[in-house]
Amino acid sequence: MKHDDKDIKIKGASDMPEMPASLGSMAHNKTASWRNLKPVIDESKCIKCFICWKFCPDAAIDFIDENTPPKINYDYCKGCGICAHECPVKCIEMVEEER
Amino acid sequence: MKKVILGDHAVSYGALLSRVQTIAAYPITPQTLIVERLSEMTANGELKAIFTKVESEHSAMASTIGSSASGARAFTATSAQGLALMHEMLHWAAGARLPIVMANVNRAMAPGWTIWTDQNDSLSARDVGWMQIYCQDNQEVLDSIILGYKVSEQVNLPTMVILDAFVLSHTAEGVDVPDIEDVDKFLPPYKPEIKMDINDPRSFGALTSPDVYMEFRYKMQQAMDKAKEVIVEEGKKFGDMFGRKYGLVEEYKTEDADTILIASATVASTAKAVIDEMREAGLKVGLLRIRVFRPFPTEEVIRVLNGRKKVVVIDRNISFGKTGIFFDEVKGAFYNSEGNKPPMFGYIAGLGGRDVTPKVIKEIMEDAIKKDKPESEILWKGVKL
Repeated sequence: MKHDDKDIKIKGASDMPEMPASLGSMAHNKTASWRNLKPVIDESKCIKCFICWKFCPDAAIDFIDENTPPKINYDYCKGCGICAHECPVKCIEMVEEER
Repeated sequence: MKKVILGDHAVSYGALLSRVQTIAAYPITPQTLIVERLSEMTANGELKAIFTKVESEHSAMASTIGSSASGARAFTATSAQGLALMHEMLHWAAGARLPIVMANVNRAMAPGWTIWTDQNDSLSARDVGWMQIYCQDNQEVLDSIILGYKVSEQVNLPTMVILDAFVLSHTAEGVDVPDIEDVDKFLPPYKPEIKMDINDPRSFGALTSPDVYMEFRYKMQQAMDKAKEVIVEEGKKFGDMFGRKYGLVEEYKTEDADTILIASATVASTAKAVIDEMREAGLKVGLLRIRVFRPFPTEEVIRVLNGRKKVVVIDRNISFGKTGIFFDEVKGAFYNSEGNKPPMFGYIAGLGGRDVTPKVIKEIMEDAIKKDKPESEILWKGVKL
């Protein structure tokens, strides 16, 4: 059974492990589909304190560099709103998800 | 070597002889003696295992899952409320396909607070994906622990070995305790295909999308089906080595019987004396003891019961709002089968440790024999209201 970082596609019983272990990298499990509210950063107000990046429980906020506002990864952000709650200048707004 | 031991200590010896490597347990009457003896065995060096005292049964099973996933032969034991507390982890052990063996001493559920036997604790865990073995005596208890590992490690499903509170757990019986060298020949060390290993990291039990989840469940059912064959094969091999053969069911004087009694655990061992007595009086009666409840021995039940005049089921349990659970399962096994379906009488007796004596069983049999068909789906035995 493979356990590298590839997205393993199970084609039949012979590809299928006995136990739900090592089904490939979790990076392929995009977990944002159950988000209801989406955080949006107003970059003009962001003071680049990176508190949101530190607090994100899903590591779904990316740090680029010290002079750039952090970037939310919408493939994995579940919309919990901790970033918006913790932001000291309130520059993150939780907006209704549009699908 | 023959020893006179309690049912609980038969479990401890079974674990010792299986060379279990980890034990994580929380004490609960009537299971306490099992883990007390195992803690002595690990403390005095007789058993080379890690004994972990945990703060609850949920943690006991969580710890057992961790050690099993890392490749150890893992053991624990519990009873009643303890089993209920570890319920979430029971699903986890089975879903992760870990060959854990656990003893559960059948104790009725509270309230009213009770320590005495019935089967509602283990039967509440019917659908978690564990195999369930109901034992009739202390010898079978010891043997079933060893057999449990032998079968579990082939089908990657956990086994619950079940014994009645006090009737077995605190009752001394003569038990043949095999030599550990002989058990080694039957039960080789556990070598899992996949295990937690820092040098070969993997994810275990990670998020499983709707794309593949159902396939894992399909494979669990396939493993249960395979377990039926493995239990019979290994039970036969065990018999060849140790002189005691085990299967999914046990038939006692069924060959020419008109009326078949179905029972499990110690109600079944007691019933054998009643069958003998009724046979002496010229009645054609026999016993089908259901030893393995999961996987359910559907084919054996149909084969043994097909064409009989009457079937009597004694349940020391109840599914509230339905009937006795063995009764329900036996009836269900028949629905799509060919052939003659005998009337079935479902009695409930012995809840909360009320004694199911030979007299009680005989009265049940006589009641069923004199009736053409049952007057209701539940026939209560001995309710004083």
